Amino acid sequence: MTTAQKNTHAIDLSALKREDRKSAEQLETCIKVENLDLFYGQKQALHSVNMEMPHKKVTAYIGPSGCGKSTLLRCINRMNDLVDGVTIKGKILLDGEDIYDKSVNVAALRRRVGMVFQKPNPFPKTIYENVAYGLRIQGINDRRILDEVVEKSLRGAALWDEMKDRLNDNALGMSGGQQQRLVIARAIAIEPEVILLDEPASALDPISTLKIEELINELKEKYTIVIVTHNMQQAARVSDFTAFMYMGELIEFGETSELFTNPAKKQTEDYITGRYG
Amino acid sequence: MIKAWFKSGSPWIWMTAGAVSLNLILVVGLLLLIAVRGLGHFWPADIIEYRYQDRDGPESSIIGEAVATSLLPAAQAKAAGHELLDNGEYLVQHLVKTGNRDILGSDFRWIQQQYIHSQSTPDDLIMVERREWGNFYGRLLAVKEDGAVIAQGEQAWQVAQEKLAKVLEQHDEIDSLQDHEVGAINYQLERLRLKQRALELKNAWNDAAKQEFAAQKQTYEKQYQVIQQQIGKLSKESKRYSLVVAEAGQKEISLPLNRVVKMTRPNTMSLLDKCIEYVGNFATFVSDEPREANTEGGIFPAIFGTVLMVMLMAVVVTPFGVIAAVYLREYAKQGFITRVIRIAVNNLAGVPSIVYGVFGLGFFVYIIGGNIDRLFFPEAAPAPVFGTPGLLWASLTLALMTLPVVIVATEEGLSRIPKSIREGSLALGATKAETLWRTVLPMASPAIMTGLILAVARAAGEVAPLMLVGVVKLAPTLPLDGNFPYLHLDRKFMHLGFHIYDVGFQSPNVEAARPLVYATSLLLVMVIIGLNMFAISIRNNLREKYRALEN
Repeated sequence: MTTAQKNTHAIDLSALKREDRKSAEQLETCIKVENLDLFYGQKQALHSVNMEMPHKKVTAYIGPSGCGKSTLLRCINRMNDLVDGVTIKGKILLDGEDIYDKSVNVAALRRRVGMVFQKPNPFPKTIYENVAYGLRIQGINDRRILDEVVEKSLRGAALWDEMKDRLNDNALGMSGGQQQRLVIARAIAIEPEVILLDEPASALDPISTLKIEELINELKEKYTIVIVTHNMQQAARVSDFTAFMYMGELIEFGETSELFTNPAKKQTEDYITGRYG
Repeated sequence: MIKAWFKSGSPWIWMTAGAVSLNLILVVGLLLLIAVRGLGHFWPADIIEYRYQDRDGPESSIIGEAVATSLLPAAQAKAAGHELLDNGEYLVQHLVKTGNRDILGSDFRWIQQQYIHSQSTPDDLIMVERREWGNFYGRLLAVKEDGAVIAQGEQAWQVAQEKLAKVLEQHDEIDSLQDHEVGAINYQLERLRLKQRALELKNAWNDAAKQEFAAQKQTYEKQYQVIQQQIGKLSKESKRYSLVVAEAGQKEISLPLNRVVKMTRPNTMSLLDKCIEYVGNFATFVSDEPREANTEGGIFPAIFGTVLMVMLMAVVVTPFGVIAAVYLREYAKQGFITRVIRIAVNNLAGVPSIVYGVFGLGFFVYIIGGNIDRLFFPEAAPAPVFGTPGLLWASLTLALMTLPVVIVATEEGLSRIPKSIREGSLALGATKAETLWRTVLPMASPAIMTGLILAVARAAGEVAPLMLVGVVKLAPTLPLDGNFPYLHLDRKFMHLGFHIYDVGFQSPNVEAARPLVYATSLLLVMVIIGLNMFAISIRNNLREKYRALEN
């Protein structure tokens, strides 16, 4: 099992290398973070982060616990707005528009930037209604459209074949891995541009994890993906670009193959070789 | 040894288990007591004929049901002026329900065992439940039609039963005519009068209106005449029959059959007959209207009033409580003021209910009701419409009283919804309000139901505030009937809790009232249990649906 996994991962990496010779700067930028500072009350959690994430690529954030990678991720769809006492300075540009501008409609932004959380969080509704939720919010109640989108999204999340006969079952009856894929289906049902994944596989068993990773590889054809992970092998397997963060600072950002094989900074090297974290 | 036992934790288990057992015993005991005392009342007891002679009278006959027996210690009996013939330790007394209040002056009589010469249960003794003066106990001699005897002796019973069935049918018909038809006409006439008054107030009372109203009035009066004639005919028909009965003292009495509700011969009944009779009696008690200052007949209006009032209260308190809780938990900034408000809400739950009654009377009835009358019902003045205690104000007062319970329970429920669910909804582009409506509130609904269950339990058992804001001893009409607008929120209503108080403490006929107090208490408890079971079943369904919180 482990050897098989390692092999796929090796193959994937070499494939990536061949395809993505171009560096981040040459690709079209989707999300640009400019001088981002974030404070929880008095405590600064992010220190002047600068980063450009390209279109339709997978960017992974790695780093030890509490380094601010989840915080940075949650800035991209303004989930941090929900936390009391947060102050944010700097800019995040999504396709050139500052998402922290006063004129931005947060709900509309979150429709463009979907998010999947660490623990699967399906609503206590049927599978069908879970996927249709985002559309119903937008006032789309036409059964034909919903049917179509539900099928498409479940296929997109590789759930359709398993679940097509159980669409009216409660989503809470599914296994953890299925729930997480359902949550991904729910996110892609509203056709976002960006999908943020906050440690999407950390609560899952190895087989479910593998399925999620395969799914991410498929999804990147259509979506820009940002993923936070604790698991460095996972980052290496699924991502095109990797950012290493430490103590609220972005230490190093670059192509995954580059960063893992030839890190520029000592700290990065220490972390990926397991000297701390 | 003991120390080790203490350390093992067993004493703690014993103590907690003991507390639970004690609670169970208390609850079961309470229910058993009121059930036994209350339900016994409906059992068709044998009628006993006593040959009785006390110190200063001749031997006489006493007919009635044995209700209770008491032992009086000899010393006390002597002090009370009684004589003990056999010098025994106790004076044995029996309480006998002799009925015949019109002849004897009271329904019950204490007799002493030592003076009873003999006692028997002859088959020919009858019990007649009358519309007035309580029960009659005695013997049936004959049945008369238009003053002429049509049956005598053994035949009489059969004939009397047949005729009674007919007369009861006629009586029901008269009742329904009076309640529905005449009631509806009266209601329309009253509305007409109010309309006329309204026009007069607006100075629009002209000849055209006068004519129109006169015409309408005439139609109603014509209808009334027709119905009156029907009623007159029926009542004449029902007055044709009468019974000739003999009471214990052999005095013959004529008893018009239309004054009779029921007649039985319990001494001839088999156990099965008695059981059927018993169920019938209980059903009558639940479904009938009260008679004779609430000491006879049923308690249906009180059950109906209680349930309707509680439901109205639930309809009012749920949205208010939920909205308040949503604001406090979801929107309000959690700070000093929110905390103060929360403490105040919690403390409101501890305010004595009578205080709410006083508030309801002062605020709802006089201020709000009075102003509603002034603005919308000037034609009814000086008679109040909403400016007097009634169903609406009682429901609102109780809703106010139970509001804290619903708020606290809902807040509790809201705070238990995992953050991840809210984030999941927000991340899909839902606004906070959409998240609340579509996800959070449905998931909190079991908690809301818990609050409602507690509110219902408290409201259904409450009496004190209701006495100030709408409950009466006897309401002439139910708050729900066939006249538009069907639900009459301004009407006064009856309530089981107040009924217990009224029958128990305000009744002139103490002995007759006692079993009714128990029976009514039992029904009140059953109504509350029923309402709670209903709410609990809804909650369990919701829990099943939204069981996300468990994992």
